[in-house]
Amino acid sequence: MDLTTDEQALLESDNPAVRKSMELLVRLGDIYGAEEFVEIGSAQASGISYKSIGDPGVEFLEGFAAEGAEVQVQTFANPAGMDIDRWEEMGVDPEFAKQQRRIVGALREMGVTVSFTCTPYLAGNLPGPNEHIAWAESSAVSFANSVVGARTNREGGPSALAAAITGRTPKYGLHLAENRVPTHRIDVDVELQNQADFAALGSWAGRIVEDGRPYFAGVDGATTDELKALGAAMAATGAVAMHFVGGVTTDEEPPTDLETLEFGSAELEAEYGELNSTEDTDLIVFGCPHASVDEIGQVADRLDGESLDRDLWVCASGAVKSQADRMGYTETIEDAGGMVLSDTCNVVAPIEEMGYESTATDSAKAAAYLPGFGEQDVHFDDKLSLLEEAIE
Amino acid sequence: MSETVEGRTIAEGVAEGEVLVSPEPISFYGAVDTDTGEFIEADHHLTGETIAGKVLVFPKGKGSTVGSYVIYGLAQEGTGPAAIINHETETIVATGAILGEVPCVDGIEDAVERFEDGDRVRVDATEGTVTLLADD
Repeated sequence: MDLTTDEQALLESDNPAVRKSMELLVRLGDIYGAEEFVEIGSAQASGISYKSIGDPGVEFLEGFAAEGAEVQVQTFANPAGMDIDRWEEMGVDPEFAKQQRRIVGALREMGVTVSFTCTPYLAGNLPGPNEHIAWAESSAVSFANSVVGARTNREGGPSALAAAITGRTPKYGLHLAENRVPTHRIDVDVELQNQADFAALGSWAGRIVEDGRPYFAGVDGATTDELKALGAAMAATGAVAMHFVGGVTTDEEPPTDLETLEFGSAELEAEYGELNSTEDTDLIVFGCPHASVDEIGQVADRLDGESLDRDLWVCASGAVKSQADRMGYTETIEDAGGMVLSDTCNVVAPIEEMGYESTATDSAKAAAYLPGFGEQDVHFDDKLSLLEEAIE
Repeated sequence: MSETVEGRTIAEGVAEGEVLVSPEPISFYGAVDTDTGEFIEADHHLTGETIAGKVLVFPKGKGSTVGSYVIYGLAQEGTGPAAIINHETETIVATGAILGEVPCVDGIEDAVERFEDGDRVRVDATEGTVTLLADD
C-alpha cells in the first residue's frame, strides 16, 4: 500500500493502540489489494456483548483503551448483552452484568458512543450517499451500502475499531465503484405481504448467493423496515454486503448476463418451513435488527387492552425506545405483559440461561442464530400472527 | 513423500495438525462453543465436531462480523483451530486470524476436495504453503 506521510506516522506512532490498529489495517489492505487508504466518515463497532466476546474480548477492549485508543470519527456501538438500565428485571445474572459494564466502560473511554444498537441509521448515525465508512454490523453494512448508498466493506469487529481509531480504512472491495454491481438476478414472482416475507426471501437468497450481490426484480415496493429485514437475513445466512431492489433502491436495470433465480410462492412456503422448528414457544422477540418506532407502534396497537400468555421482548435502540415511551407504546406493551428493551436483543443476551427454550420471531436473522448461539427452537412468522397466538 | 501446495499468506505462523474439512462456509459467531471448541451450529456439516487443535479447511466465512472476536477468543482460550485453510478468506476471518495469531492461508481453490478429515498437514502460513505429510 502507498502510505501518506501522515499514515506512515500513524504506523510508527508512540501510541501502541494507534500503531497496532494501523498495522492491522495495512495487513488487510495488502491482503485485499488496496493501493491506498480512504478517510472514513463514521464507524460501527461490533462484538459488544459479553456473551459474544467473553473474557478475552473484555481484556482486549480494556487493554486497547488503556493503551490510548481513541476514536477519531463518530463511532456507534452494537447491541450489548443486556438492557443497561433494566438488566435485573430481564433476569440477567449479576456476574454477566458486571463483565458487560467493563465493556461499556472501555468503549466510553475510547470515545465510542454507547448507542448499543444494530440500527445506527435509525438512532443518529446516518451516513451520506457515497460516503466511505467502516461498519461492522452485518445488517447495518447491508443497509448502508444498499439503501443509503454509503460505502463500506463487511468489517470484522476489531477492524472497524481500528478504522475508527485511525480515521481511515483500506480502499478495496465495496469502497470501489466497479465492485458495486449485481452478481445474481432474483425474479420475485410472489407478493411479499409483510416484513417476515422479506426476511424469508433474504434467508433463501443469502444461502444461495453467499457473498454475492443480488438484484431483486419484481418487488413492488418496500418500506425501510422491510429492507432492513431483507438485508439482515442475507447477511446472516450468507455474507451479502450489498443488494439491489429494482424500482426501490435503484432505477437501473441489472446486467443481462447474470445467473437468474426464481423466488415464487413454493420457495416462500418452503423457506418458512426451513425457519421453523417448533410452534410451541415461551418467548416472542421482535426487533432483530432493532425495531423502528413504527414497528413498536404496530405491536402496541395490537396489544392495547390485551394480555399475553407468554413473555414478549421488543428490542430497540435507546433513541427509538425513548420515542416509544413518549408515545405510550411502551406502557401499552408492558401492561399486556411484554417488555420494551433498549440496548440489547435476543441474539446477544444470555437467553438460554434465563430458562427460555423456544423463541418466536419475525426475524430470519434471529432464526438463523438462535438455535446454535441461544440453544433455542424457533417459530418464525409475521408479527401479527405471532401476537395472535399469544393473546389470551 | 510429501506434497506441497502454495497459497497466499493471510496470517503468519507455522502449525501442524489433523485436517477437519467443512465443504460449507462457516460463521464462527453462534457456531462454536469457545470453552470447548465444539461446533454447535445446528444442521451444519461440522455439527458436533471439535475444531480445537485441528487444521480447519473451509471455503470461506459467512455471517456475523463478530466472528473475528470469536476466532480471537478461541485462540486465547486454546480451543481454536491450529491453522485455517480457505479458498478465499474474507475480512472477518482474516482479522480474527491476525489478532489471534492463527496461521491462515487462502487461495487454495480446491482445498475442500484436496484434503480429507484426518490428513496430517503442515501449514507454513508465513511462506503461504500447505504440505500434506505422509503417513508413517
